[in-house]
Amino acid sequence: MSTASTNPNDVPRKAESLLVPSALMRRRNAAEARFKAYGIAAIVISLATLAIMLFTIFSDGISAFSQATLRFPVTMDAATLDPKGNRDPADLAKVTTIGYKKVLEKALIAELTQRNVDVQGVSAKDIGSFISGDAPARLREMVLADPSLIGQTIDFSAFATGRIDGYFKGRVTMETAKLDSNISPEQLQLADRMKAAGILDVRFNPKFFTNPDASDTRPESAGLGVAIIGTLYMMALVVVLSLPLGVAAAIYLEEFAPQNRFTDLIEVNISNLAAVPSIVFGILGLAIFINFGGLPQSSSLVGALVLTLMALPTIIIATRASLRAVPPSIRTAALGVGASKVQMVFHHVLPLAMPGILTGTILSLATSLGETGPLLLIGMEAFVVNYPAGPLSGGVMDPATALPVQVYAWAARSDPAFIERASGAIIVLLAFLLVMNIVAIILRRRFERRW
Amino acid sequence: MKDLRVERDVQTETNKIEARGVQVFYGTNHAIKDVDVNILDKTVTAFIGPSGCGKSTFLRCLNRMNDTVASARVEGKILLENEDIYDPRVDPVQLRAKVGMVFQKPNPFPKSIYDNVAYGPRIHGLTRSKAELDEIVEKSLRRAALWNEVKDRLAAGGTGLSGGQQQRLCIARAIATSPEVLLMDEPCSALDPIATAQVEELIDELRTDYSVVIVTHSMQQAARVSQRTAFFHLGNLVEYGETGQIFTNPKDPRTESYISGRIG
Amino acid sequence: MSVFLLLVVIAVLALVGFVIGRQRALASAKGNVKDMHSLPVYYGWHGALMVMVPALIVLALWLVIQPLVIERQLLNYFPADVAESDAARTLAMADVRRVAEGLDIAIAQGAMTETQAEVLRTDAGSVRDRLAAVGVALGAEVTPQVLAAAQEYRNHAVIAGIGRSILTLLVALAGLIYGIRITHKDFRARNRVEQVIMALLALSSTIAILTTVGIVLSLVGESLRFFTMYPWQDFFFSLTWSPNFQGDSDLGLAPLLWGTIYISFVSIIVAAPIGLFSAIYLAEYASPRVRSVVKPAIEVIAGIPTVVFGLFALVTLGPMLRDWIAEPTGLGNSGSSVMTAGIVIGILNIPFVSSLADDVINAVPQAMRDGSYGIGATKSETIRLVVLPAALPGIVGGMLLALSRAIGETMIVTMGAGAAAKLDLNPFEAMTTITVKIVSQLTGDTEFDSPETLVAFALGMTLFVLTLGLNVIALYIVRKYREQYE
Ligand SMILES: Nc1ncnc2c1ncn2[C@@H]1O[C@H](COP(=O)(O)OP(=O)(O)O)[C@@H](O)[C@H]1O
Ligand SMILES: [Mg+2]
Repeated sequence: MSTASTNPNDVPRKAESLLVPSALMRRRNAAEARFKAYGIAAIVISLATLAIMLFTIFSDGISAFSQATLRFPVTMDAATLDPKGNRDPADLAKVTTIGYKKVLEKALIAELTQRNVDVQGVSAKDIGSFISGDAPARLREMVLADPSLIGQTIDFSAFATGRIDGYFKGRVTMETAKLDSNISPEQLQLADRMKAAGILDVRFNPKFFTNPDASDTRPESAGLGVAIIGTLYMMALVVVLSLPLGVAAAIYLEEFAPQNRFTDLIEVNISNLAAVPSIVFGILGLAIFINFGGLPQSSSLVGALVLTLMALPTIIIATRASLRAVPPSIRTAALGVGASKVQMVFHHVLPLAMPGILTGTILSLATSLGETGPLLLIGMEAFVVNYPAGPLSGGVMDPATALPVQVYAWAARSDPAFIERASGAIIVLLAFLLVMNIVAIILRRRFERRW
Repeated sequence: MKDLRVERDVQTETNKIEARGVQVFYGTNHAIKDVDVNILDKTVTAFIGPSGCGKSTFLRCLNRMNDTVASARVEGKILLENEDIYDPRVDPVQLRAKVGMVFQKPNPFPKSIYDNVAYGPRIHGLTRSKAELDEIVEKSLRRAALWNEVKDRLAAGGTGLSGGQQQRLCIARAIATSPEVLLMDEPCSALDPIATAQVEELIDELRTDYSVVIVTHSMQQAARVSQRTAFFHLGNLVEYGETGQIFTNPKDPRTESYISGRIG
Repeated sequence: MSVFLLLVVIAVLALVGFVIGRQRALASAKGNVKDMHSLPVYYGWHGALMVMVPALIVLALWLVIQPLVIERQLLNYFPADVAESDAARTLAMADVRRVAEGLDIAIAQGAMTETQAEVLRTDAGSVRDRLAAVGVALGAEVTPQVLAAAQEYRNHAVIAGIGRSILTLLVALAGLIYGIRITHKDFRARNRVEQVIMALLALSSTIAILTTVGIVLSLVGESLRFFTMYPWQDFFFSLTWSPNFQGDSDLGLAPLLWGTIYISFVSIIVAAPIGLFSAIYLAEYASPRVRSVVKPAIEVIAGIPTVVFGLFALVTLGPMLRDWIAEPTGLGNSGSSVMTAGIVIGILNIPFVSSLADDVINAVPQAMRDGSYGIGATKSETIRLVVLPAALPGIVGGMLLALSRAIGETMIVTMGAGAAAKLDLNPFEAMTTITVKIVSQLTGDTEFDSPETLVAFALGMTLFVLTLGLNVIALYIVRKYREQYE
């Protein structure tokens, strides 16, 4: 063995005191501090972006839950609403919303005069245009349902149009009104006076949760009703379909499957499916379920099928992990008392793994809840005004939308009032997600076991 | 194996490290209890004792490696050439350049052999040119008795070497920063007997330049390579003295029982 | 009998099978459970399964085959050219089904009687209007052939419905009787039940394969149809994308692929350093308390639906980049741009990169770090020179996965990148991606026999192959890396 008996550094390093950092050491420590600062900066950037994003969504969207509303007495003028005077529903139905609009317009003007509100510079037609296009339709339905209303005076409340609503929420200003053919500064001043007179106020709007979507020109009456129903249908179906299927597949693969080419293939498939872009599942849904299977477009059923296929890999992976976490001692104990393997799995292993399985399922359900792309392809971005039927009368086959798709559809509209709605819809969506995640966390905390 | 102790005597009696009243706690676990010890320059000092008695813990105090363990707390004074290494002004990084460390399991970096050895000189800015660095790498590898085996494949990965070679590479890596003290925590426990013999021989040679502290669970090894031995038991330094004296004529009954195999 | 009712009847019969099976077994053992081969409940289950499994299989087969058979019989209502062409036939049959459904609904609502529906003729006023009155909207006026076919369809459907009910019930009853007769105390009910359970479990596990097969079939089938209408050379090599509904469209992949790659590249530029440094800080510097708060907070980003990021791109970041950077520097005047979409996808991918990097960094053995600290390296030197190089393969794998996610991302690009297919280098220009075009070609009014629609399937195929390839490579690298430290 060869040895060099000299010190590697022939010139011994000059004795440095440990108490005084060398110049190099100071530089190295500065580099250290910089490096650490990069880490902090990265975290701050991530969290700040998240905060900014949530903040803008909330500040844009929170106002969607309230609405400028007009309240005034309406006299149901029989001459306009029932020209034949016979109260025959068939004849009443012939009066279109235009007739009802006139009645509302007249009633509003009358109320303004009665309360001495100065309407200078605003024509009768422009006063009429304060009232949402949704109000005459609603009034008409009320009358058709109850013709005895004709001739009476009722207290009616109608949404103000999106521009007036926007004025009270800061979206519309005097400056923008000057450039806007739909609204004039004079109208806005009148709106201020109406508010002072108590005819108009901005109040909580439960219809945002119940109304169906509305057309481009009446953002004020657009609501999440159909989207919420569609989302609930889909989530219920996804659970019903994916939980048994996913758990069964996971049990087979984890507990019973022989180790062979075929099960290997299944495993590879599952891990790759988890990484397939979601839009591809949309294509699958369109080609297989709609074009080939003939299932109805835009239906929650097809949406749920697509989301189920997407959720399955995650559920299978999560279930297998929880099955694997059940200690072998429990298995041997069960087999030891004479249980068959099937009994061991279903009576002993599965119940112990259940909290983990449910947590995984809820989390993957939460992912499906926010999924948008594939639902667009199966036609769920369609404009749906009719509520789907009840679950037992085949409502899952009816056209519906979903919360995230509604967000997208509203964001694509030109009127900025719909951005407010879209942000409001996101708040509802995030609330759903929050609840699901909290449930998952509680489940996990509660049943977390240390074996 | 020849008895190396006979050939080389302790060369100096100057203290390199003086520890005074050192206590170490891991949370509430009191791992080192009031240890005083003087470690000599150009000497191999062995720490022996049953496992869990705090040998590694104390060794790691000497270059403040315990700073990397969140729960560890060290009290007392450790002077390296009369400077307290736990003084707040001391940068542990600078300290570790002077007090290098070799670990139980060989842990070469996943880099080439050359880069493994050059790692220390590079970060400590010891060289100005590639030629100087080459020289240090070669000298360190020679010093670690590895040069002849690897000189033709300096660019090959360090992890591809055999266990004994890897450990010598780690020693070369540690001495490339020209430390004053080398700490070794059971450097041979993961090696086979032949590699162990090579490393032991190397340790003895290193004594000409460094103060070496070695933790070992093998009394034979301590007897073979060290001139001073410290016996630890339950966090206490029970006995410290000349290796020959500790093994042939221990003063403390606990040392005696350990040496004769009654405490294990 | 409706399918729903049929299912209820099967369920009732199954219950009967359960009760009788259990009792018979008990009776044959004179109530002595110890005498029986299996626990009583297994005899019950056996009875129920013997009812359900065959009946449900028959019902499912019937439901699949029935429309095919009926449609075949209706073909003579249509001219030969309609019957020959797949697409035309599908459309015609869809009309027929819709009208038939409309008639059903009209009868259900009392707007028509059964006989009125059967004798209805197109010359007796608009069928479309009459159906519209009961809430069934039809795209066009109903032709006499379609109406006649629809009426025929209803007749067939009624007959088929009766046949379906009878057959299914017979099978269910046969199963019930068989199940009861075979039940005896020595019958190995548990084994039989367990066999059925095993078969069901094994069947469920094939769902993953079926999904993949479904994806591949739908992509390949429709893509092949696309390539019969549009030359593949043009699709892969043409540099322009300008669909045009009069025909003569240019459907070149290149601009879409470029937009996709450019945006994904920007997203990686954003996600890689931020995700990596967050992971480094969390793994190496942060105290356990900071870590336990910050890590889940960053993961919140991953839990937010992408449409929310899309809205953020559209409403906030896009206009901000335009007003603060693109317009002042004269680089562009569009809020939708490669930058907007790329940055937002990057943000979306931060938690993904960060948690993957966290995993691989934590997989680097502590001994490696100790070796570095032991010779006086600082923490950052240790990370830069030892930990990261050791973790490099894992990190590269993670980046590839992030890239694959960026390529497949849909909503953010649909809302933030724009729709203009361009081969441009300016990142502040609006550009478009494969996923954007899949969405735009497949939503709205689409006809499934034009290349402009079918191209979406070829695009989907490209996307699928691209992302799958990246994933396979990435997973391979990551797995190799993991093995190295196991
Ligand atoms: N990182 C640590 N955290 C907590 N306790 C530790 C740690 N390292 C060692 N200990 C405890 O300190 C005591 C001494 O350990 P150690 O110094 O490793 O003993 P030895 O090296 O002599 O076998 C033991 O009780 C051990 O459990
Ligand atoms: Mg030890």
